Amino acid sequence: MATPDLQQRDLQAAATSHRGDRVFNRAITVAAFVSLIILAGIAVFLGAQALPVFQELGFSFLTTTAWDLTTDPVSVGIFGMLYGSILLSVVALVIAVPASLLLSIFIVFLAPKKLASVLTNSIDLMAAIPSVILGLWAFYVLNPQADEWQRLLNEYLGWIPFFENASGNFLGTPFIAGFVLAIMVIPITTSVTREVLGRTPPDLINAAEALGCSLWTMLRYVALPYGRGGIVGGVMLGLGRALGETIAVFFVLKLVYDTNWYHVIESGGGSVATLIVSRFGEASGPFEVQLLLAAGFFLFLMTLIVNMIANLIVSRTGRLKK
Amino acid sequence: MSTAEFEKSVVALENEFAKAAEIRPIELETRDVSVWFNTRKVLEGVNMQFEKNTVTALIGPSGCGKSTFIRTLNRLHELLPGAALAGEVLYEGKDIYGPTVDPVHIRLNIGMVFQKPNPFPSMTIRGNVLSGLKLSGMKRSNHDELVEQTLTSAGLWNEVKDRLDHAAGELSGGQQQRLVIARALAVNPHVLLMDEPCSALDPASTLKIEETIRELSKDITIVIVTHNMQQAVRVADNTAFFLAAEGEPGHVVEQGKTTDIFGNPQDQRTLDYVNGRFG
Repeated sequence: MATPDLQQRDLQAAATSHRGDRVFNRAITVAAFVSLIILAGIAVFLGAQALPVFQELGFSFLTTTAWDLTTDPVSVGIFGMLYGSILLSVVALVIAVPASLLLSIFIVFLAPKKLASVLTNSIDLMAAIPSVILGLWAFYVLNPQADEWQRLLNEYLGWIPFFENASGNFLGTPFIAGFVLAIMVIPITTSVTREVLGRTPPDLINAAEALGCSLWTMLRYVALPYGRGGIVGGVMLGLGRALGETIAVFFVLKLVYDTNWYHVIESGGGSVATLIVSRFGEASGPFEVQLLLAAGFFLFLMTLIVNMIANLIVSRTGRLKK
Repeated sequence: MSTAEFEKSVVALENEFAKAAEIRPIELETRDVSVWFNTRKVLEGVNMQFEKNTVTALIGPSGCGKSTFIRTLNRLHELLPGAALAGEVLYEGKDIYGPTVDPVHIRLNIGMVFQKPNPFPSMTIRGNVLSGLKLSGMKRSNHDELVEQTLTSAGLWNEVKDRLDHAAGELSGGQQQRLVIARALAVNPHVLLMDEPCSALDPASTLKIEETIRELSKDITIVIVTHNMQQAVRVADNTAFFLAAEGEPGHVVEQGKTTDIFGNPQDQRTLDYVNGRFG
């Protein structure tokens, strides 16, 4: 400012003077905006469908648990479904997170190189199994097995409220559905945590080794705190996946219009995605379709929030670039 | 025996005793140590003795196996893939690679400071000093006193005493390196290995670390790898010159008192190296 006669030269224009660069930059920008527009489009469409439902039913759509269109006024609410989606996800994470952590610790710190790469590839491949196949597998193979497991849980740990079962029916439980979800969450969470743990600086590992660490203390005090942000991000990505999963859950969960609060090995539970897929084909009319789309809107909102939190956490650590 | 004769023998005896006092016990010793990575031999037949409470500098051009060598002295070498070793490393007279020896015990007695300052970023300054206790499961009483005492020994106490609960990452490179030294001291080692501890630091910080090294050597034995010839002269009682011919494993060309190695080297290659003619 002290020397106003100095003319600033336009460095930005000079930096983008290469024609190929300009074209490429534009193309990338357009592609980026297209994905934003699609996201916004989905939100607007679902929002527009949800609005009349909300006007008619108000907050009771979110706070009650019922699906009866024969009464007048209709008694409809998706609380149990939203809650059920969360419950299933929690069950899935309780199984998947320790499994993923142990797997990635083994791959990064213990397994010989060849075994590590075989494991890495096969776990990544798990993510490629179509969920309908997993659903069918769960229906025919997992169901009878899980029936036994749950009976054992109930027999020996039945005093814990989670493992109560009054009906004696162990099929179609949140536990089985959560287990299938866990299988779908494990590849995602494992691949992120493996990446994060693999990036523990060798300097820090060296330091820990020189201070007489064991594998456990090194993990506990060095690797896990260092990768905390990334690991949480991986868990959240897995959670996003579990919340939205539809068809695999459809095969194994007995959908009930009632809130199953915590009886994870009791038959019956809820899930928004499964509600939609099971009702959509036989919807009684345009209003029920609208109701289902409104349910979809809130599911979309929920997964969006989870994913946003995940991205925030992952980007805050700044270590995972994808 | 005449008086003169008697006095003469007394003087001779006195000299004898004075000499004996100068000879310090051997804390650490290597016998014919050779080192491999897979099939590549990187060190051959290293015989060295490290006297108690002295500073020994290892000098030599890059890639001659100095860093590998000091990693064999506290069993860190074996943690690298493909690492192998022949010969013996004796700590207080016992082979540290013996079948009944716990490597954790060795690493606690023989600490290490690395080239790049590597405090744990997720811990506070205080947490870093005490991290060795957590990592090794060692119990020591009175943590506050330990923190003060080790940070004082490392020459850092006055700079950090008011912010012990701040993140270690706030410190400058030189301060971090002194923090790392304090961390190594907190598990009460008898030997401290330092792998080019000043190569990432500015001259002022280097000088501080060198002061610290001199101070520490009153109580512990120090082995320091350095590329800085003046540093070796300033801090080390003894010096060993490592060299590796093209495609050959490294070995010790010459070792002895630092004054001899720099002032009166016996080998032409040592003379050339310490005068900066190669390396």
